Amino acid sequence: MNAVITASGLSKRYKNAVALDNVSFDIQPGRIVGLIGPNGAGKTTALKALLGLTDFQGHLSVLGLDPRTQRDKLMEQVCFIADVAVLPRWIRVREAVDFVANVHPRFNRAKCEAFLARTKLTPDQRVRQMSKGMIVQLHLALVMAIDARILVLDEPTLGLDILYRKQFYQSLLEEYFDDNKTIIVTTHQVEEIEHILTDLMFIRDGRIVLDTDMEAVGERFAEVLVSADMAATARQLNPLDERQVFGKSIFLFDGIDHARLQALGEIRRPSVSDLFVATMKGTYA
Amino acid sequence: MKTVYWLIKREFWEHRGGFFWAPVITGGVFLLLNVMGIIGGEVFGMHHGFHFGDAGDLENLSKLAGSLDAHQMQMVSSALDMAMLSASFLISIVFCFVVFFYCLGALYDDRRDRSILFWKSLPISNTQTVASKVIAAIIAAPIIAIVCGVLTGFAMLLLFAITLSLHGVSVWSLLTLAHPFQVVAFLVGSLPIYMLWSLPTVGWLMLCSAWTRSKPFLWAVVIPVALGVILTWFHILGLFDVESNWYWREILARVLFSVFPGGWFKETGMGDIGHDPQAINAFFSLSNAYSVFAKPDIWIGAAAGIAMLALAVWFRRWRDDS
Repeated sequence: MNAVITASGLSKRYKNAVALDNVSFDIQPGRIVGLIGPNGAGKTTALKALLGLTDFQGHLSVLGLDPRTQRDKLMEQVCFIADVAVLPRWIRVREAVDFVANVHPRFNRAKCEAFLARTKLTPDQRVRQMSKGMIVQLHLALVMAIDARILVLDEPTLGLDILYRKQFYQSLLEEYFDDNKTIIVTTHQVEEIEHILTDLMFIRDGRIVLDTDMEAVGERFAEVLVSADMAATARQLNPLDERQVFGKSIFLFDGIDHARLQALGEIRRPSVSDLFVATMKGTYA
Repeated sequence: MKTVYWLIKREFWEHRGGFFWAPVITGGVFLLLNVMGIIGGEVFGMHHGFHFGDAGDLENLSKLAGSLDAHQMQMVSSALDMAMLSASFLISIVFCFVVFFYCLGALYDDRRDRSILFWKSLPISNTQTVASKVIAAIIAAPIIAIVCGVLTGFAMLLLFAITLSLHGVSVWSLLTLAHPFQVVAFLVGSLPIYMLWSLPTVGWLMLCSAWTRSKPFLWAVVIPVALGVILTWFHILGLFDVESNWYWREILARVLFSVFPGGWFKETGMGDIGHDPQAINAFFSLSNAYSVFAKPDIWIGAAAGIAMLALAVWFRRWRDDS
């Protein structure tokens, strides 16, 4: 299948910092891609470039369109939730639904209302009277009713409690996502989305340092629980990371044959957060 | 087209207070002041023992009305017309403050609270966004203000008529001397002039609103004033022959104050009218008002306004600070 997003040689420089440094990647349809990186790594800049919200150097094609010049057309097929604070505070639920229903050609009003019916939101309620969790419910109801091909989420659950966060991703997965849609999400709460991601991209200092699908993560990376007597042998295999737990060492290996690792100890699939921490070592140093 | 319609509706939702309630409340306050004035006059009259229609001869005023000659009739009629216009005048003062600050915030407020990210997640072009805000400022808002002004004006005429009737004076015949429909036609007919006339100010304020990173009011005022001060200074120094008066009058005033309705009156010869009712009537006629279209000022201003709006659209597209 054709990639929905193709980026090559993407660069963006702010006055005193490089936000994107010659970045290239492809994103296929029907994927849920986690774009993960430390603060200031260039995640938001990358998303803004995709959405045509910022200028950049290099080539970028989203659904065959150039976000810089064909943004208005692109936004019929692309949705985004920047974070929970971006709905205008004066708007009422009723007004928001009316407005989007009338300006967005791919909006399904019935779907939106069905979703809202399951929340505590009332039509006359204003955004300024809502909690953060309710705002994101409204935003999600609006976005899920739009039959878009790409959904971009930039820290969508920042500041929400665990109930809202779980509900957010569950709704997306059960009622929105399908093979024709692509979701790109950035978040710091990696553990919570790890099981829904199909692809993983790590970004650091404006560069993509890891771009892989989740199946390959299990094949390529391995976490091995090594007893103290084998630790020296393990270290010779150039582990990415080593930490101590209950007198044993946990090593993280990249691209070592699993048969060899079995000799050292018990093999586990590393969690995305452990992988992330190991990859980003020294970022803030 | 449908998108622009809903965008204008959106502006109205957001600014219901300024666009709708401000003129309505002003009209209400205006009427209230009139009622207070009338009651005050009545009480004052009772205390001091003089009345309309003097000492029981209630017929006097009616007789007086009947005995007016043609010239006096005209005086009365233009006074009534002016009374009606005065309601609109008061509302328009409030209205222009509303429009001024609306334009300043139009492309800035949503950047400040980051809700621009929501609006930009919808398939709306920046041209449509800016166009809808301009239409709200120079068509929708003035229409609401005119409607409120006309209704208040009618209410006020009615108020006077009722008061005088209570004194047994039949003023309905006097009221027929007023030209309410002519006044309404004048107000509505002035709308196209207002649309073109206010463009340089609307354009400049929206440009500042789209461009500034903070404090749009300060930038919008400081830049033209600073320029004027520098020009005046050069003028005083006699360094070069700059006409600083011309700058203050034709540039600064047009860029900051053209949202105030009636700014074009001096172009249509307001200075020449005295107390002659005929001249007043002639001045407040559409054919006289439209003579402003024959002068280049309004067209140059409108062109400059549209150019600034185009620049505002560009900034709206590329300003990247959210």
